[in-house]
Amino acid sequence: MNKAKDLWHLIGPILTILIAITAIWYVSAVWLNSAWAYDKAKRANVTISFSEMVSDTMIQQKPLLPSPHQVIKEIYKTTILKKVTSKRSLVWHGWITLSATLLGFMFGTTLGILLAVGIVFSKSMDMSVMPWVITSQTIPILAIAPMIIVVLNAVGVSGLLPKAIISMYLSFFPVVVGMVKGLRAPDKMQLDQMHTWSAPKATSFWKLRLPSSMPYLFASLKIGVAASLVGAIVGELPTGAVAGLGARLLAGSYYGQTIQIWSALICAAILAATLVAIIGIIEKITLRKMGIQL
Amino acid sequence: MNKSVISATDLSLTYETNDGPVHALQDIDLNIKEGEFVSFIGPSGCGKTTLLRVIADLESPTKGMIEVNNMTASQARMKRAYGYVFQAAGLYPWRTIGGNIKLPLEIMGYNKIEQEERVSRVLELVELTGFNKKFPWQLSGGMQQRASIARALAFDADILLMDEPFGALDEIVRDHLNEQLLKLWNTTKKTICFVTHSIPEAVFLSSKIVVMSPRPGRISKVIKSNLPNDRTLDIRESKEFLDIAAQVREVLRKGTADE
Amino acid sequence: MIWIIGAIFFWIIFWAINIQLSKIESNKFIKLLVPTLFGFSILILWEGFVRGFDVSPILLPTPTAIAIRFSQSLNILWVDFVQTFIKGALSGYLIGCIAAFITAVAVDKSSFLKRGLLPVGNFVAALPIIGMAPILVMWFGFDWHSKAAVVVVMVFFPMLVNTVAGLNAKDNIQHDLMKTYGANYWQNLLKLSLPSAMPFIFNGLKICTTLALIGAIVAEFFGSPTRGMGFRISTEVGRLSLDMVWAEITVAALAGSAFYGMMALIEKGVTFWHPSQRK
Repeated sequence: MNKAKDLWHLIGPILTILIAITAIWYVSAVWLNSAWAYDKAKRANVTISFSEMVSDTMIQQKPLLPSPHQVIKEIYKTTILKKVTSKRSLVWHGWITLSATLLGFMFGTTLGILLAVGIVFSKSMDMSVMPWVITSQTIPILAIAPMIIVVLNAVGVSGLLPKAIISMYLSFFPVVVGMVKGLRAPDKMQLDQMHTWSAPKATSFWKLRLPSSMPYLFASLKIGVAASLVGAIVGELPTGAVAGLGARLLAGSYYGQTIQIWSALICAAILAATLVAIIGIIEKITLRKMGIQL
Repeated sequence: MNKSVISATDLSLTYETNDGPVHALQDIDLNIKEGEFVSFIGPSGCGKTTLLRVIADLESPTKGMIEVNNMTASQARMKRAYGYVFQAAGLYPWRTIGGNIKLPLEIMGYNKIEQEERVSRVLELVELTGFNKKFPWQLSGGMQQRASIARALAFDADILLMDEPFGALDEIVRDHLNEQLLKLWNTTKKTICFVTHSIPEAVFLSSKIVVMSPRPGRISKVIKSNLPNDRTLDIRESKEFLDIAAQVREVLRKGTADE
Repeated sequence: MIWIIGAIFFWIIFWAINIQLSKIESNKFIKLLVPTLFGFSILILWEGFVRGFDVSPILLPTPTAIAIRFSQSLNILWVDFVQTFIKGALSGYLIGCIAAFITAVAVDKSSFLKRGLLPVGNFVAALPIIGMAPILVMWFGFDWHSKAAVVVVMVFFPMLVNTVAGLNAKDNIQHDLMKTYGANYWQNLLKLSLPSAMPFIFNGLKICTTLALIGAIVAEFFGSPTRGMGFRISTEVGRLSLDMVWAEITVAALAGSAFYGMMALIEKGVTFWHPSQRK
């Protein structure tokens, strides 16, 4: 009996909010699409009742706000029902975006960790570079995306790599900031203790600093992977919407295909959530193995 | 006429936890008269802090009755019947010392002139005159606790509830604050409930010592003190003091022995 | 050739200077000097390499070329700045942050709503919200209103999550004290919850300054009238006038860091009492 109460305590509020959001979505869809429904009826010289209007708003081809089931149907159509290799498949587009995201994320994380180590161990690097890293977080880096794509295309680098570079850039900074914080996290007592054992700097690094930085690293990785995904999506815009989820978003907006836009958006959201969740799972396993309770 | 200001009858408080029920308080019967200085002493888990919080309406009993100033604890709280001093000063860091003392006064609706007057009065009482415009982090631990006591004295409450207020301080500061508290009690004639871990502190300060024991939290014995009201620190060497302290120690030992 | 050698030479000199500077006792001036020298040396390296390797200006213009284009285009840059930053980003930022703040205060009364909104809000804050830009352009039109709408959606959830966390963060003793004073809901809110929530609220406000600018600029990639920083960047990129693109990026960078810096300054004033500000 207690277990059920605990479960409800945890899930209940979230479920309520989700149900509320779905309800608001449906109501908004009816409200926003009603103008078009009445318009259509006027042009056909018929009058429609309220319930007819409502059912019409749920099935419009280019609705102002697609209803949830329309979006779900479209996603189903373009993922499960389409061949994975088809140019209309969301799975195909999703993979294009995902591959750029993952590549950029891996590079960004590796470079970020290396730079963080450099900053923590070299005072001159710390004083020269760290202020710029912090400042760069206030700069809208994403604005450079079109330029990077076009410039790299001009030198013959196209397709996956330019997008990966943007993703790399976006995940790099959170990782540096988080890793520097983490490597500096051990308190004075623990560092002094290493000192009393005459531990060489490398030992102190591998056995104390690195393990202490794990919680901070994972927090940054979550931010970094979400940023990488956004980078890959935005990177697909300048090339005129050829492939990828960002391209689908752009194409949909050019042709007024709102359902297409929403399905691409929801797909991107699911992708983001999955990536963050995977990192969360890796985090739990790693930290548990290390004995850190979160 | 010495009327009863705090009375508990059959008071019990049981927590439901994953490992079964915890009897924080069981069948507490207590009577505190106006103007008394009552100490609550006992080992961890004996319920002394819980009892204080029930009197303050910060926790609710699961059985029995608690009355403060002949009203329910809730009504007494809404009528601002008592000042509470916690183990830590709990000063708001974004307010000056003066601002912190004004906090209850603002809430209770005293006008600005009264506020200023009360602030300077209580600061003088705890010997912190001149620290009005300082911020809490600029003061030592002992001074912060003094400010916290001043805050509890600023408004007109006849009861003072203190939960191990000097526990985190060193011995010398503690002795000094004990003396000041006693002087304060003699001047203001408030009813004081004081929770402590320290036998000498309990015996030094109180007119009545309530010894408690844990599991379940209950009152083992109430010991009356016959020491004169205007005592000084050297009374701690006197025979009467040591006798009472020995009584307290004996009850404490017995309380933990029959577990 | 001489450019390349010269650039590398200066880089090494500045690096050596910085190493020496970092060895001596640091004061505020040195803390500012070292990264400035570093940045300057990067600019020199940039200028030297581009000239030395004869890099085409449609790939990477020199800092001097960018500076020249910048000074020639002040008018356009200003118009774009007003369109994107003032009309789009700032208005969206204000609406979004205030809405999130009010929602958080309203939600604070119900622990049920809190337990539901916090995980959902955290989740939504991690999603690529920028993808909503085309939808909002469709609803609100091409002009700055849709950009402001994008910014509202982007800043709402991080601000909400931070404010709710802040309102929750009260010290137990401080909270109990309020109870012993018989304080009512509003007194509690104004005298305890809000002041103690300020560090969290400003954390959110700072994060949202960057999100606001990014949102406004990227939203313009999806459709915009013929002005705005995002618009200018994408069209000039198409024309391969990269010096103009870099000039716009400079404006964006300056605006972004100034916006953030202003928030940080206000934060210092309001949360002067917090340990992190008292170092």
